[in-house]
Amino acid sequence: MSEERLRVSRREVLKGAAGAAAWLGVPAAARAEGEERAPSWPGIRRLGPGPTPLSFRLNGEAVTIEVTPRTTLLDALRGPLGLTGAKRACDRGACGACTVWIDGRTANACTVLALDVDGLAVTTVEGLSSGNALHPVQEAFVAQDALMCGFCTPGMVMSCAKLVERGAVDEESLREGLSGNLCRCGAYPHIFRACQEAQR
Amino acid sequence: MSQRTLELGFSGHSEERRVEVPPDAPPPWDLRSDLKVAGKPHPRLEARLKVTGAARYTADQRLPGMIFAGAVRSPHAHARVRRLDLSRAKKLPGVLYSEAYPQREVRYAGQAVAALAAESEQVLDDALALVEVDYEVLPHVVRTEDALAEDAPAVAGRRNVRQGRGMRRGSLRRVEEAHARADVVLTREYRTQVQTHTCLEPHGSVARWEGDRLTVWASTQATFAFRQTLARALGISAAQVEVITEHMGGGFGSKFGADAWDVFAARAARATGRPCFFMLDRRAEHLVAGNRPDSIQRCTFSVRRDGKLLGAQVTSHGTAGLGRGAGVLNPAIYAFEATYSDQYDVLTHAGSARAFRAPRHPQGVFALEGMLDELAEAIGMDPLELRRKNDPHPVRQAQYDVGAEAIGWSRRKPSGSSPGPLKRGLGVAAARWAHNARPGTAVRCRIGRDGSVLVANGSQDIGTGTRTILAQIVAEELGLPLAAVEVRLGRTRDPYGHGSGGSVTAPSIAPPARRAAYACRQRLLAAVAAALGCEAESLSLREGRVHGAERELSFAAACGLLPTESIEATATGGPEDMSYPSFTREVAGVQFAEVEVDAELGTVRVVKVVAVQDCGLVANPLLARSQINGGVLQGISYALHEERILDARTGDMLNANLLDYKILGAREVPEIVAIPFSVANGRTSTGMSSLGEPPTVPTAGAVANAVANAIGARVRSLPITPEKVLAAIAEAERTRRASDGEKKKKKKKRIF
Ligand code: FES
Ligand code: FES
Repeated sequence: MSEERLRVSRREVLKGAAGAAAWLGVPAAARAEGEERAPSWPGIRRLGPGPTPLSFRLNGEAVTIEVTPRTTLLDALRGPLGLTGAKRACDRGACGACTVWIDGRTANACTVLALDVDGLAVTTVEGLSSGNALHPVQEAFVAQDALMCGFCTPGMVMSCAKLVERGAVDEESLREGLSGNLCRCGAYPHIFRACQEAQR
Repeated sequence: MSQRTLELGFSGHSEERRVEVPPDAPPPWDLRSDLKVAGKPHPRLEARLKVTGAARYTADQRLPGMIFAGAVRSPHAHARVRRLDLSRAKKLPGVLYSEAYPQREVRYAGQAVAALAAESEQVLDDALALVEVDYEVLPHVVRTEDALAEDAPAVAGRRNVRQGRGMRRGSLRRVEEAHARADVVLTREYRTQVQTHTCLEPHGSVARWEGDRLTVWASTQATFAFRQTLARALGISAAQVEVITEHMGGGFGSKFGADAWDVFAARAARATGRPCFFMLDRRAEHLVAGNRPDSIQRCTFSVRRDGKLLGAQVTSHGTAGLGRGAGVLNPAIYAFEATYSDQYDVLTHAGSARAFRAPRHPQGVFALEGMLDELAEAIGMDPLELRRKNDPHPVRQAQYDVGAEAIGWSRRKPSGSSPGPLKRGLGVAAARWAHNARPGTAVRCRIGRDGSVLVANGSQDIGTGTRTILAQIVAEELGLPLAAVEVRLGRTRDPYGHGSGGSVTAPSIAPPARRAAYACRQRLLAAVAAALGCEAESLSLREGRVHGAERELSFAAACGLLPTESIEATATGGPEDMSYPSFTREVAGVQFAEVEVDAELGTVRVVKVVAVQDCGLVANPLLARSQINGGVLQGISYALHEERILDARTGDMLNANLLDYKILGAREVPEIVAIPFSVANGRTSTGMSSLGEPPTVPTAGAVANAVANAIGARVRSLPITPEKVLAAIAEAERTRRASDGEKKKKKKKRIF
């Protein structure tokens, strides 16, 4: 799936919608109310505003649910899909508490629209360990006490696992690679250590 | 009573004390205790749940039929609500419950004027946008110095400046006498900013009624206080309410009693017959959920040329918004001959302050430690030497040596002598805290005939590791491995525990946990003795086995001999465990910081921090290091990055989100050498001291002193931003040139 599509943030979507409305000369309220009044283009699938089907692979399993187009991936995960590992702490891409993998790349689930993962593979922290066996990064987090309150931990673990996979565990890469994951408790020193331990 | 001799103190500095140990109580642990589980670096018990995402926080509760609540908040700092119309919102399908608060005036941006509950979060968002409010904007004042002005709008009552109880201390006359005897007297103004708690998990709760019984999952650091305040607000008895806090995502002092939103959730749940979820969003977190007050501290300190500190006089003003409690801890720590402080709360149109990790301390210590360095500079003395000369605490005296060695203090150069644009500097500052072991916490220990051990207390683990420490204490007392002990925390149906404030939790919960386990142990051994026909005194419990004179058996086999299904004991922390004479009166700590300042860009990078922290007897060195790291990092964040910015014109917060309210992130993490410093103070039977708060007390002071050492100019205002650094350098430059000019003029005069 194209990277471009994933880079579309909610803000850009909103900007885009407003822009399109202005161009069409349709008042925003009218667009929201009357689906039938909105024009359609050949070859372009119009989504919403009501519940819209969405299918993707979640932690290796195929899932299909219905969401409204404005539903973020994070809210879809935590709501209808019942996976509350990824946390909602800022809801605007600033803290990384909601970090998941989309087609193997880390993403803030709060700034991805759920419908944008249609056909893609999403991995959450719940899908990182297999059965009883923890991922090496999770093991190392436990051993090094790389957490306190633990609220940042699921997102942190997902980012760290990617860095470890890439072998980017020197201090500089860790600092850079984790700069999107905030930990208010200040567990960073132990998080760095855990990543380095997991690498070994 | 039995007599015991304890060895108290710390390595290289200990003494023997005789104490009376009450019957039914275990003798206090001291330097000679050979502990097997307690004091060892065990990973925290709930770590596995937290790394797999299985830990359920309040925000993760998903109850069948649950509805969602939110509030409409004023964008104005001060306004009259002329019209409040919920009719369009209420007509929206899926809106189930609402309340309007048509109070005459809103007095801070973020104050709720209405709240709604709806079928889903999306319906809720739509409905909140449909609430119509007409505001008549009134004059406001949001900045401390503006509120001090004669003609400032009155925030509440006539005067914006208030002095609470205990905010004037010491003797002005004696301080003035001390100043008169001094070689150097300096007057300086130090300022600190408002900081918001920024817990990663927002405030809030989920409420569910079953008949007249209410269950609330709450993100709180005080389950029992939460239950009490919620019950009172709802007009029901606390016995009808069960509060559950299995895991919580940070509190830092901002999450004690139930808040307005929690009360709303309970009412909405009662009215609709469905569970109700109300968590704040990030903007509300910054505006309404508490903050650390700011301060303007005018300090006049004096010193004798030989380094004896004489007088310390502080006048301080700070704002806790509409709340109170903006005092600072200054002067303190050092043995001044005389002190006087006069402190004031300044009311502003802003959200109320709440306790914030070591209330009053970091802001006061920043100014205090800055003044010490300025005095040291003035008399040409090494700043560490000045502290050693005036610090009465025996533990800190030892810690200075440990810390100085670890940071390499001997490398410190005279301030401003670092060449080139990248300048290095070193700074030091001290911490203090009270030994906050508080009586009243109750712990229940139960041993089952199947060999199971369960420890229960109703208070919460705020993230410090209380669960793990409890298990360690009980495992130690029963001679078991940690894994054999199960701990249940965070349910108010279990025995009482204090809120996590004042760093009381571990020191207060450990002694009764130990005594409850001790009681169970005595009873288990009595049962075994009866079954084996020997004396209970001849039996001992260690390494998971009961050892007798002739034979031994496993713990599980011993439990199998119990005459009842289980034995159980509940102990409440009280005089029998926590009022032995203490070796020290206060918890001590010192921190050393090394910084690198880019003198061209004004940026500050903390390179290294050494934190030597008195922990009492260290409960768990792994967790202790986490606490110390966390305190240091929050301290650096406070020193360099964080600041709530209220717009003087609109009164609204300009950075009420995690992008613009900058907290320290991975990029800014320095090397931290966290040194848990073990002191057997003997005060309680388990010897643990308060640890959550003290490590954040001195950091900003140490960093600021290191910056001054690097650039030869002092930034007396937090956060230390590049702008302030450049201004301080320019100012120092101007002063230098002016004085050089003077010297040249003088020289010229002499020539001619
Ligand atoms: S919740 Fe998604 S980045 Fe903060
Ligand atoms: S452990 Fe609390 S936010 Fe990271």
